[in-house]
Amino acid sequence: MNRYELKLDSLTKYFGRRLVFRDLNIEYCQCGIYGISGPNGSGKSTLLKIIAGISTPSKGKIIHTAEGKEIDTAEIHERIGFVSPYLVLYEEFSCRENIEIMGKIRGIEPDEPHITRLLETFGLADRQNDRLKFYSSGMKQRMKFIFALLHKPALLILDEPTENLDNEGKNKIYELIKNYSASNIVLIASNEDSDLQLCTSSINLLEHK
Amino acid sequence: MKAYHLFRKDLFSEIRNRYAINSLAMFIIVTISVILFSVGEETISDYLSGGLYWVVVFFTGMSGLARVFVSEEERGTTLTLQLIARPETVLSGKLIFNLVLTLAMNIVITFLYSALFPAFVIKSLMLFFITFILGTLGIAISSTIIAAIISKAGSKGTLYPVLSFPILLPLILILINLTKISMDGTPFGEAIMDVLFLASYDVVMLSVSYLLFDFIWKD
Repeated sequence: MNRYELKLDSLTKYFGRRLVFRDLNIEYCQCGIYGISGPNGSGKSTLLKIIAGISTPSKGKIIHTAEGKEIDTAEIHERIGFVSPYLVLYEEFSCRENIEIMGKIRGIEPDEPHITRLLETFGLADRQNDRLKFYSSGMKQRMKFIFALLHKPALLILDEPTENLDNEGKNKIYELIKNYSASNIVLIASNEDSDLQLCTSSINLLEHK
Repeated sequence: MKAYHLFRKDLFSEIRNRYAINSLAMFIIVTISVILFSVGEETISDYLSGGLYWVVVFFTGMSGLARVFVSEEERGTTLTLQLIARPETVLSGKLIFNLVLTLAMNIVITFLYSALFPAFVIKSLMLFFITFILGTLGIAISSTIIAAIISKAGSKGTLYPVLSFPILLPLILILINLTKISMDGTPFGEAIMDVLFLASYDVVMLSVSYLLFDFIWKD
């Protein structure tokens, strides 16, 4: 069972003088799917970047805990999986090359059965040797999920997870999210009602202005 | 080891995209040709040829070494890197890549320059070799951290030479002086203070790079 916990302590973010959100106090202690909603520009992606440790808050702090021990900010990337519209993988490399490169840079041993399962789940097994620049936008989106799940993260952060996907692709992703959330924490930031319906609880960033 | 894999990623990416290699190769050919044409039939002094050698290195480095971070920013892959590696791993990987690129660039320039400029004769090879290695290291380290800074800025093309000039000027001045000394055939022992200054520059730039990079790398 996942003993990963995430705590947002009085989190506030300004861009210059513009307030993005203020005083976010949330704890995610149980496995499950949690939502973050709000209109465009409300700061959903910014909040996710802060949670992922790649952006810094103006005030407050974010605490990641695994097995009761606080995780150093520099090591957060080893515990999280991240899917975002802003995420761009290396298009000059094939899907298989991307997987190998990411694994080596992360310092993880290649888990071949896990990689094969991911490629089959996301329907990229047949095209794994094609360069990403020849992929459609939907295939690139599925590739982002493989990238996010490669190292079996305890916290899966999804920003607009079903962007560019057809209905069949969306349903597959929903199924995967439900299964993954049984033993991990999944955070979803989205405007799509169907995405947010998966969540057991949700916060609206408009209420934190 | 993670930094080595990041370097390999950049190397294979460069082989496929040729972001920096083409630019560096063109600059080497163009700058050396311009100097050759402008000198014409005139005979240039030994010291001047030594100075111009580093001018070629400096301007060639300006044209291609910033690509190491700028290409990630332009392709939008910075976020990917942020999600797979610690900042110091990223800096180390990029530094190794720029070091290899600068070394290759300087070797090509040295051979071409020696072949095309008869005045460029080194009498103290040991001193020049140490100058060359420490100079290459200094240019690679400085270029990498400047590239990281400017990759986040809007007008990257203008900012790189503007930032590079004050940071690389002390390095270039000492390199020109050491090259002049090695052309005179002065024994290594007599140039030890300059060599130590050069080594100190490299150590200071390396330390500053690792201290600053975390702040530069995060949004």
